[in-house]
Amino acid sequence: MAEALKVPTMAEYMAEGKKPEVLFWVGCAGSFDDRAKKITKAFVKLLHNAGVDFAVLGTEESCTGDPAKRAGNEFLFQMQAATNIEVLNGYEIKKIVTACPHCFNTIKNEYPALGGNYEIVHHTQFLKSLLEEGRLKVEGGKFKGKRITFHDPCYLGRGNGEYEAPRDLLRKLEVELIEMKKCKSEGLCCGAGGGQMFKEPEPGNKDVNIERTEQALEVQPEVIAAGCPFCNTMMTDGVKSKNQEDDIAVMDVAELIASAEDL
Amino acid sequence: MQIISQILFLLALVAGIWFFTRNVKRLIRNIKLGKVIDRTDRSGERWAKMSRIALGQSKMVKRPIAGILHVIVYVGFIIINIEVLEIIIDGLLGTHRILSFMGGFYNFLIGSFEILALLVLIGVIIFWTRRNISNIYRFLSRELKGWPKNDANYILYFEMVLMLLFLVMNATDYQLQLNGAAHYSQEAGIVGAFPVSQFLLPIFDGMSNASLIIIERAAWWLHILGILIFLNYLYYSKHLHILLAFPNVYYSKLQPKGEMDNLEAVTNEVKLMMDPDADPFAGPAEEESDAEPEKFGASDVMDLNRVQLLNAYTCTECGRCTSECPANLTGKKLSPRKIMMDTRDRVEEIGEIINKNGKFEDDGKQLLDDYILREELWACTTCNACVEACPIGIDPLSIILDMRRYLVMEQSAAPNELGIAMTNIENNGAPWPYNQQDRLNWANEN
Repeated sequence: MAEALKVPTMAEYMAEGKKPEVLFWVGCAGSFDDRAKKITKAFVKLLHNAGVDFAVLGTEESCTGDPAKRAGNEFLFQMQAATNIEVLNGYEIKKIVTACPHCFNTIKNEYPALGGNYEIVHHTQFLKSLLEEGRLKVEGGKFKGKRITFHDPCYLGRGNGEYEAPRDLLRKLEVELIEMKKCKSEGLCCGAGGGQMFKEPEPGNKDVNIERTEQALEVQPEVIAAGCPFCNTMMTDGVKSKNQEDDIAVMDVAELIASAEDL
Repeated sequence: MQIISQILFLLALVAGIWFFTRNVKRLIRNIKLGKVIDRTDRSGERWAKMSRIALGQSKMVKRPIAGILHVIVYVGFIIINIEVLEIIIDGLLGTHRILSFMGGFYNFLIGSFEILALLVLIGVIIFWTRRNISNIYRFLSRELKGWPKNDANYILYFEMVLMLLFLVMNATDYQLQLNGAAHYSQEAGIVGAFPVSQFLLPIFDGMSNASLIIIERAAWWLHILGILIFLNYLYYSKHLHILLAFPNVYYSKLQPKGEMDNLEAVTNEVKLMMDPDADPFAGPAEEESDAEPEKFGASDVMDLNRVQLLNAYTCTECGRCTSECPANLTGKKLSPRKIMMDTRDRVEEIGEIINKNGKFEDDGKQLLDDYILREELWACTTCNACVEACPIGIDPLSIILDMRRYLVMEQSAAPNELGIAMTNIENNGAPWPYNQQDRLNWANEN
């Protein structure tokens, strides 16, 4: 990949007096985490490919406050929310897409009461709508017939009832979609939510991501598909601890589509 | 003799209902120790949800074996209780099977009760073996040791005995009708249908009518007294769900599970902080100066809301939440069921103090630390698996979150690494120590 990605910011759009079709909320993981940055880039390539007129907040974006809220720091959460809402409302943002279910949930459910009303979709929902509108073409490509299992992110699935968008995309890739014994509304958490990502687990006999990885390995997938940067990290670590990283890839749904299309 | 038995029956009935009413009043008083929460919106959706989940048992059958057995016991419980109506009228008036004038329909009813009673008996016996013999993960947890396990078994024994008494009562009654005993046999011929209890007849073979009457009366009395005792045992047991499941589902959260409430007190503070016109040196407003500042989060049950306390009383300790909890499954101390049991135990403890002293006096204990450990609270991933698993809409996660709020906002007692993540968010807008100005660097990296 020689050329840098073209990623316009809201500030640039504003300067030109334009408004994008959708704001891409990148999130902290998508901005800073090395693994998650790849997901961000894959998604940006898909946006370009589908001709979506989008922008990011860039340096004006800040943590939604999700980990703070769920760790009990409501004060910090609301400070973050107030700051972000001020920025978003300043740009008169109407529609947002994000590749992080935690940002998605927080902006969708917890920002409205604080004055932030936007239409927000998870990137799998957005990609699905692009597909339905015929703007994005997804065909089998190199994942056709591969055994792939989808790990439901808690804040997309149980938290907001979206189980099908990511699966519909995988079906479009003509993969052999296999379900773990615990999936959809009964899906087991990867172990990262509620602030756990940033701390050592309490004493127990196993880490949650190992338990979940074992459930995934039971169905012998070639790829574990994820829809959340934190799940991705947790499952990747789990697969590594089982010494399976050469045989089993952990990939975001957006990455699967982008790499199937050789973008 | 007849009149004495009628008077005794009336006394038993009045005592049973009086005691039950007293306990219901205590229950309501205890739930009202919690904070007011408005869950009266969207009543249409609430009724629909209650019909589907509480009345229709839709989430019970997600686990087919326990679910279908439960539906049988539930349907049996409700329908057989129609028979209790007749028992009460008979008891008060000294009549015998007063509803038998309904003829064929009456026979159909009694016949169905018998079949249901047999099914309930079988169901309850299977439940007992599941609790005591099969190694089912959720029945082996440490929070079930002692009283909770015994409590569950007592309830099962109660139900077994009640069903057996019902069948013995019917069998002896049938035999007495066949024998043409006075007061039992009726001109219309045999009243009632006895598809199950007819098989018990050989047991009573050759007994005199006098002996049969003693057995029939004993079974009749024990059955109705058993029901009155069971009704009053509810409050002391984990079994209140048979009544509270309905309001509990009605008042459960309708928003998406991922949504957690925004604390209004915090919103006000944040607004004040962000307001450029606010006077930074202003004291509290006149009328507020004496008011105690609002406490953030929960350290005891009075800090929880009434729906959370209703949740605690409704919990029947089935453990479906705990068996889905990622923390519990991986050996951590957290068990959502224990959160609910602890909450109830603590409300009850406070209720006892109020019973004794007329009001609550600080007993030096609280829900946090004395019941629920910090280690449990910090093990939660907020994944909502427990909320999803509960067949009657209990939300253990909301209690965990409120207690975390207390720990963080009142005590600054977050685990160290979490504290660091929060400081990072505060300083540079991300849980990791990266500069906010570097947030778009990814776009230029290869």
